[in-house]
Amino acid sequence: MRRTTYILLSNPLSVLGLLLVGFVFFCASFADFIAPYPDHAGAVINFAFANRPPSPEYLLGTDVVGRDLLSRIIYAYRIALGMALVVLLIAPPIGIAFGLIAGYIGGWTDFVLMRITDIFLSIPPLVLALAIMGVMEPTLINAMLAVTAMWWPWYARLVYNITRGEKVEGYVLAAEVIGASKTHIMFREILPNCVPAVVTKMTLDFGYVILIASSLSFLGLGVQAPTPDLGSMVSEGTRYLPDSWWMTVFPGLAIVIAVFGFNLVGDVLRDVLEPD
Amino acid sequence: MTSTLTLDIKDLRLSFRNWAGKTEVLHGIDLTIAPGERVALVGESGSGKSVTSRIVLGTMQDVRNASVSGQVAFEGTELSTLKPAERRALRGRDMSMIFQDPTSALNPVFKIGELFQEVLKRRHPNISRDAARQKASVILQDVSIDDADRVLNSYSFQLSGGMNQRVMIAMALINEPRLLLADEPGTALDVTVQAQTLALMRDLVDQKGTSVLFISHNLGVVREFADRIYVIYRGNIVERGPTAAIFDAPKHPYTRALLSAMPRLTGGGIPEIEERAPSFDDPMATHGEDA
Amino acid sequence: MPDTMPAAQILSVRSVSKEFRVGASWVKAVDDVSLDVFEGECLAIVGESGSGKSTLANMILGIHPPTSGEIVYKGAALPAKRTKTHRSQIQLVQQNPLSALNPRRSIGASLRLALDVHNHGTRSERPAMVSALLEEVGLDPDIALRAPSGLSGGQRQRIAIARALACQSHMVVLDEPTSALDVLVQARVLRLLDDLRKNRDLTYIFITHDLSVVRNIADRVAVFRKGRLVELAETAALFSAPKSTYTRSLISAVPVVSAPEIALRDGLAQGV
Repeated sequence: MRRTTYILLSNPLSVLGLLLVGFVFFCASFADFIAPYPDHAGAVINFAFANRPPSPEYLLGTDVVGRDLLSRIIYAYRIALGMALVVLLIAPPIGIAFGLIAGYIGGWTDFVLMRITDIFLSIPPLVLALAIMGVMEPTLINAMLAVTAMWWPWYARLVYNITRGEKVEGYVLAAEVIGASKTHIMFREILPNCVPAVVTKMTLDFGYVILIASSLSFLGLGVQAPTPDLGSMVSEGTRYLPDSWWMTVFPGLAIVIAVFGFNLVGDVLRDVLEPD
Repeated sequence: MTSTLTLDIKDLRLSFRNWAGKTEVLHGIDLTIAPGERVALVGESGSGKSVTSRIVLGTMQDVRNASVSGQVAFEGTELSTLKPAERRALRGRDMSMIFQDPTSALNPVFKIGELFQEVLKRRHPNISRDAARQKASVILQDVSIDDADRVLNSYSFQLSGGMNQRVMIAMALINEPRLLLADEPGTALDVTVQAQTLALMRDLVDQKGTSVLFISHNLGVVREFADRIYVIYRGNIVERGPTAAIFDAPKHPYTRALLSAMPRLTGGGIPEIEERAPSFDDPMATHGEDA
Repeated sequence: MPDTMPAAQILSVRSVSKEFRVGASWVKAVDDVSLDVFEGECLAIVGESGSGKSTLANMILGIHPPTSGEIVYKGAALPAKRTKTHRSQIQLVQQNPLSALNPRRSIGASLRLALDVHNHGTRSERPAMVSALLEEVGLDPDIALRAPSGLSGGQRQRIAIARALACQSHMVVLDEPTSALDVLVQARVLRLLDDLRKNRDLTYIFITHDLSVVRNIADRVAVFRKGRLVELAETAALFSAPKSTYTRSLISAVPVVSAPEIALRDGLAQGV
């Protein structure tokens, strides 16, 4: 505990990261209470107040149909975080299983599993997601599936590399000589040593998944209206640049805050989780 | 004393600051090396012997969490008065170092000949490729490498551990440094190779009059090499004296324990020794050779 | 030191060779080696890097099979795929105490593994067994709750020894068990190993390059060079009158600290 505090305090940026991430989670969790106009997250039309610049009434201004941008951004955080959470609950376990088995068993198993992984890795992520979304309906669920499909191979690679390194450590040899099962060695001996790197990557990826999901919806392939989404808001706002700058700038800033925050926290986690 | 000491360390302290607070690892060390003298600093892991050599090299001072105090004078110049760039300039030119594992200390991307040229540039910035090879061949012969051309055209991973060790010794001495720091040289090598290379190193520094600070955990290894020995235990020098005096009449309880803990080639069973004893913290024992 | 020669042979290495492919060619790491290990003895296997001593140990442990020849344990040839009984009876203590324990598992969990795999004791008895093992190797049983980080090399090596004992092994392959330790710690660990051998009737195969350790712990010594067995003799005989010049050169390269040792070494060096 003292060590964690020390690492945090010796690195002021980490405190900023925690504040940013805390802010994002706070918005997502308590959207119903802090959003000034909760109903603006839906299909409200309010032409009388359309296109308003930031004012005490609408802190971040309003969009083309008169909805409060602040409220929509707060709800968009909730959607984005939920999506990132689902992707990061599915992708890492698949990747970990691939990486551990390929890395530890080796031979043909390694060859087959890692070539599958390489095929996925060789396609640029956005192109892969676009291809998947092209075949499927552009819905929230499908967007999550597409992002998951492009995400797990990175975990497979990461865990594979760590496993290859750990495999030659003395404790693995000791477990083999004792006669422990392969399952035990992979999941009870090696896996715990992959956890810090995986958790760090997951934290960093929270930001990236939000970014990719925003890119998809920016291209019109993700979350559909009227559900608030940061990417769609930026995309929509660009049509009214430079006059109605707030429509693009504030959702864009919201993306930056989330991605930047998770990046900073990921860096700190790496320091905290790695043993001295 | 006839001339300035090559190395004069007074009341050297080192502490690290981390999450657990401040830990002092060197508690005021005095150590001197006269020109041409071979001095050994012997201690177990964690005794502070390796950090001492890092401080002399001037690399410890750049570590963020470390704070160094006391005096470290190299040929009369106090290291702490030098700028980092000036300290860096000393390394590889007036001071050089030999490491434990020669193979990992030589960059595998460059041929040995190119590595020699890089090292030579520290003293002769404009040295030509041919001149560098010429100098390298000469010194390789001094370390009993007859086919210098083949070695200069090889990469470190193409040579044996013993060969790399000789190359390292040659490289460390090619700029005629006044001080050579040898940190457990050859511990990673086979015993027969280690014995040969130590003998080579001794002859070469003798011939060139280089001062040596030899860091080791093994009293046996330094016996044939050092003129004087400092024994370090948990950040304090516990005994110092001429090599023969330390071996013939060790005074400090820790030195005695170290000596008797070594299994004897003549047999007699495994010694019965305490890993730790309060008497190990006794004040320093000297052999009356210096003030 | 051995006043009576142990009679029964526990392990027999019969014309064993091992080849590895290096690039396009094959290298013989162990070349037609035969030797017997007797019950209760400490047989030292001595050699420099590339001598094949570790490869031989790995074959005895079943980490990789011999290319030719066989290894007979208690009268039966050891199969390439070891049974649980073989695993429990032939155990290993490695050189590097830093890597031999999983940094992310507690000491207790590392020891429990051996008990769990071999079903030693009931579930409820095992914590007490772990404590007893730790005490047997001279450690505080409370250490079971800790992770390896922060423990000294000597403590870790004691834990590795306890883990080998937890399997209720009969034979332990000690692969340079003290060469990464400080001198004072080494003496203590060697003493522990020596005591355990007597108390538990263990047989040791002690792999090392350190001849002064060998002199004081082994009953017999096998000297290896480039995959071949150069010399095999009782310890006292080997040191007083080594037959091969290679053994002589090995002994005379040992760093020594006392006058009688220097005399012995210099006497042998004459013949090199």
